[in-house]
Amino acid sequence: MSLYCYRYDGTFGGFLTCVFESYVNKELPTSFAILSDGPTLLEEREVTTHDAHAGRVYTALAKKVSPEFQKLIERAFLTCLSEKELALYTLIRRGLIEGDRVRRDLTDPTMARVNLALAKMWTEWDHLKGFVRFSELDGALVGEIEPKNRVLPLLAPHFAARFSGETMILYDRTHKEAFFHQNHRWTILPVEEFSLGPGTAEERGWRELWRRYFKTLTIEERYNPKCQSTHLPKRYRHVMTEFMTEPAPAVPSPAIAENLSEPLDKIRIF
Amino acid sequence: MDLMEKLTILADAAKYDAACTSSGVVRGGKAGTIGTANNSGCCHTFTADGRCVSLLKVLMTNHCCYDCAYCVNRKSNDLPRAAFTPRELCELTIQFYRRNYIEGLFLSSAVLKDPDFTTERMIEALRLLRTEYHFNGYIHAKAIPGADPALTHRLGLLADRLSVNIELPSESSLQMLAPDKTKTSILTPMAQIRDGAEQSKQELKLYRHAPRFAPAGQSTQMIVGATPETDRHILSLTQGLYRKYQLRRVFFSAYIPVSDHKNLPAPVGFKPPLLREHRLYQADWLLRFYGFTAEELLDDEEEQLDPLLDPKSQWALRHPEFFPVELNRADYEAILRVPGIGVRGAKRIVVARRVGPITFEGLKRLGVVMKRCQYFVTCSGKMLPGLRCSPQSVYRQLVGIEQAGLPGETWRQLSLFDGRAG
Repeated sequence: MSLYCYRYDGTFGGFLTCVFESYVNKELPTSFAILSDGPTLLEEREVTTHDAHAGRVYTALAKKVSPEFQKLIERAFLTCLSEKELALYTLIRRGLIEGDRVRRDLTDPTMARVNLALAKMWTEWDHLKGFVRFSELDGALVGEIEPKNRVLPLLAPHFAARFSGETMILYDRTHKEAFFHQNHRWTILPVEEFSLGPGTAEERGWRELWRRYFKTLTIEERYNPKCQSTHLPKRYRHVMTEFMTEPAPAVPSPAIAENLSEPLDKIRIF
Repeated sequence: MDLMEKLTILADAAKYDAACTSSGVVRGGKAGTIGTANNSGCCHTFTADGRCVSLLKVLMTNHCCYDCAYCVNRKSNDLPRAAFTPRELCELTIQFYRRNYIEGLFLSSAVLKDPDFTTERMIEALRLLRTEYHFNGYIHAKAIPGADPALTHRLGLLADRLSVNIELPSESSLQMLAPDKTKTSILTPMAQIRDGAEQSKQELKLYRHAPRFAPAGQSTQMIVGATPETDRHILSLTQGLYRKYQLRRVFFSAYIPVSDHKNLPAPVGFKPPLLREHRLYQADWLLRFYGFTAEELLDDEEEQLDPLLDPKSQWALRHPEFFPVELNRADYEAILRVPGIGVRGAKRIVVARRVGPITFEGLKRLGVVMKRCQYFVTCSGKMLPGLRCSPQSVYRQLVGIEQAGLPGETWRQLSLFDGRAG
């Protein structure tokens, strides 16, 4: 049996199509690559995303394993685990044979790796719910994040519910996509360029008030920067108002502001 | 006085209050309002002292008619004074909230004129925030001891959580340092809040739209290290508060010298007892999530927690008859009592052992850290291979593990050549 590398477009649907193809061709992929990656030494099979086939695999995950397993795979695909496709493929294969038992086998090396990656992603999500900073620009709330995992689809419902009456843009620098919210509807779209600029005087005033409040709240006698870094890792700080000096936070480029005027359809990301 | 100056004065005056949680209530978004609330709360930033900033924590005013010795806002203290108008406070809250700086508002106040007048002003601010600004986020309000029960009730209908500070762990300390406050004046509103919340819960069962009274319950705070109470006394008091008054949280605040009153420790050279506060919090967690009782942790012989070791390890070393715990058979409650295994680890063990026996390798993969628990567990009847220990060596090992994580004095490696120099 030869070694196969499956090449797909990097989407969740694409990955599920890979799973489908591997069963149709009766082969065991030994690695996965996305279209933009360089060539590999293995025999390659290029997989074109096929919605109906992906859908069949997706349904099977819930029906033949369990709805919780389906959710686990879906969420784990958002993590930054290295070679996540291979790990998830292994789990799916096991799940389709053994059923939901695989989800409880927490000491299995693959399952443990995936669970750890998921735990890290949920931590990052939890952090970012608090650490995101918005600036008001032309009546819209605009912010930027630079997460390791693709947490934007998970953050979106939180901010959409919290600021239901607001127009919002949240840009993810790592994955080059942005969350748009207007009139109770939201979507996530790929955005290549996102430029920065200073805010209005009023906006800068609120930022200044926040910085002052933040500074005042420290109790000198308890000074403990190590504790601070444990709870608020330094990698988040470069986009947080209280750790920045003016001029800083985000302004959308005109091109993006125009996009906003079109009605947005709430799309399912998964 | 501009807003910047007011915010500085009134945040500075409020910062010694330890409670800053935004947990305990779930509320989804609603069209036409701003804000949601989340059961686990949310930290929005951490200050340089490592404390979480969740809520906009300010005083309505720091003009006070009381003279409590331990308090920075006592009337005999020479401080700049300020007061927010309700509108200023609302504007500040909403603008901070929209930018995702905060999770909600924590409104406290010094006692201006008398408790009733102060509470009325707080109610006015919160009413404006809830009705005119349609704020649906988290509000924590401080109930002022001595205020009219009807006013406290109205405050509770606007806020998610109420708190009354017990301030000091015993009545004698209270008399010594806070002559204007008594034990009854503090416990009366606490009981009222408990009963109000209970009644509101009953009403909600009958009528879905019944008004909610302090749905996130109540909390309190006490200052540790200003007066001579023992840890045992503090923990029994804490347990009593959880049981009798159904408190959600009891906060401990290491005393920070803000005054040179004759009844207080001298401010010169006084270090806040931060490690003691940390140990008390660890013990508090054991009370709330691990099924321990205060009597188990400390008794007549042991009145203070050992600063060198966490309370769970202390308990484990005093109870060798309980160990080792067999991870493949023991109850969840027994696993929870092993030092080094927390709620998450114990739950994972219980799930994973249904699939196959737990081994030490598997235990590591589950995410359980072995350095503490290895002395106290067996897997399928076997201790960790190669582990040699005696009660004394385990104590030394555990203290060594703790030492590495604590701030302050770092340990210097012994040098072979130090002796010669002298």
